[in-house]
Amino acid sequence: MEPILQIEHLSIEFIQYERGTGKVRVSPGMHKRSLPVIRDLCLEIYPGQIVAVAGASGSGKSLLAHSILDILPYNSRREGVIRYDGNLLTSERAEQLRGREIVLVPQGVTYLDPLMKVGPQLWKGKKDRETKQRYRRALERYGMEPETENRYPFELSGGMARRVMIASASAEKPRLIIADEPTPGLDVRAAKRILGHFRELADEGAGILFITHDLELALAIADRVAVFYAGETIEEADAADFSDASGLRHPFTKALWNAMPEHGFVPAPGAQPYPGQAETGCLFSGQCAKCRPECLSCEGIPLQSYKGGKVRCLYPGEEDNR
Amino acid sequence: MILKAEHITFYYRRKDVPVLKDISLSVSSGERVGLKAPSGRGKTTLCRLLAGYERPVKGQVLLDGKLLKDYRGICPVQMVWQHPETVVDPLLRLKTTLDEAGHVEQRLLDHLHIEEEWLDRYPSELSGGELQRFCLARALRPEVKFLLCDEISAMLDLVTQAQIWNFLLEEARRRDLGMLIVSHDDALLRQVCTRVETLPFETGGDNP
Repeated sequence: MEPILQIEHLSIEFIQYERGTGKVRVSPGMHKRSLPVIRDLCLEIYPGQIVAVAGASGSGKSLLAHSILDILPYNSRREGVIRYDGNLLTSERAEQLRGREIVLVPQGVTYLDPLMKVGPQLWKGKKDRETKQRYRRALERYGMEPETENRYPFELSGGMARRVMIASASAEKPRLIIADEPTPGLDVRAAKRILGHFRELADEGAGILFITHDLELALAIADRVAVFYAGETIEEADAADFSDASGLRHPFTKALWNAMPEHGFVPAPGAQPYPGQAETGCLFSGQCAKCRPECLSCEGIPLQSYKGGKVRCLYPGEEDNR
Repeated sequence: MILKAEHITFYYRRKDVPVLKDISLSVSSGERVGLKAPSGRGKTTLCRLLAGYERPVKGQVLLDGKLLKDYRGICPVQMVWQHPETVVDPLLRLKTTLDEAGHVEQRLLDHLHIEEEWLDRYPSELSGGELQRFCLARALRPEVKFLLCDEISAMLDLVTQAQIWNFLLEEARRRDLGMLIVSHDDALLRQVCTRVETLPFETGGDNP
């Protein structure tokens, strides 16, 4: 079977203009610099599969979603190859497919139009009975009353707004669903129900890219999990590997595990480096307890196969000796 | 000090469906009260009422027996919101946003891991988790005695969530803060709260 989505060596940079002196001078006192926000990302999603991308906030997860849909901001530059259904996903193709075959469940509730009632927003200009009924069923599926159609977004709670966005995406019979943090603000029951619906959509043949910061949630639903840190995939594994900490490969993944409220609530010190801050070496070095001099001096660390998954660490084995 | 909601009833535009009906709740200094309820039951609305953003239709909100509006200067009850991107001015650099609330201690910036460089950025150039740190720094003025946290870590990764809560717990102990903590995460509530309340089901809302 062919993957529905195939991403090869994707890198995204932002171009910024700044005062002061720099390498590329555009006018007196101004210079241009580029910030790498995603580096060398590879990912495959097969029909029927749910792939979770879990990572720190600010690690570039949403940008990944936006780059697939080709809705990155104007000051960004993209390198690498994205294939959809076997063929290159060009800007024109992305524009045709998005909202139909490829749908986004956006992260922010600000993606709803504040001046439009929920109903007309869902129908997208169509007024026939069939469309209205389809969306009414979609709302029902996520536990909302038909009455919701007459409300403005400000009259919805955070969790309700989120369910409206999910209903909007899933009613289109999509083949690829990109869900960008679809569940914060939902109670456990509603979140589970929504994850169940994603599973159903996957079983019907859709590929799902599930972007989340919540590792637990990712594990509850995904077939494979890619862990993101500062714009790089640092570990790729089957969901089953996470059943206890010893199956994990990268120190950051272990830190995530230890930080779960039920596993000790231990925070790793420090913060993830900002794009452009670290030029060489391991990006996690600032937060890693096992950092060695070589980790700082090496020229980038490749994603290597290790114990049936992939990891971006020079000494993944060292962690086992803890 | 004690923050009390006494028999409050509240509805938005539609008068037939009260969001909250005859709700009472009290939080004392040093207490960390967890609040949970299914989505759409008025958790955020209750926070807004307690922080003085809305007035209850019936009942009252009292801080040490006085109405919130009778306190001068910075309101001693501050709220930190679920969606940080909606509570910072998108057209201001974050430095300016922070300064609007007066000078913020360097100690807070350090403990919240707010990088010097972020201060010059606009909200759209930071992630939700990074913005939430600014919202916390802004809310934790020395005059503040009660902090209402509405799902403040739902958008954060686990490491950041643990960092922020460890900091908040320490700060709460140091300053004897009273806190109301809204979350759907039972494990988190067990970890950070001194007691947990569930909003009763007959409070309206429109979920099944």
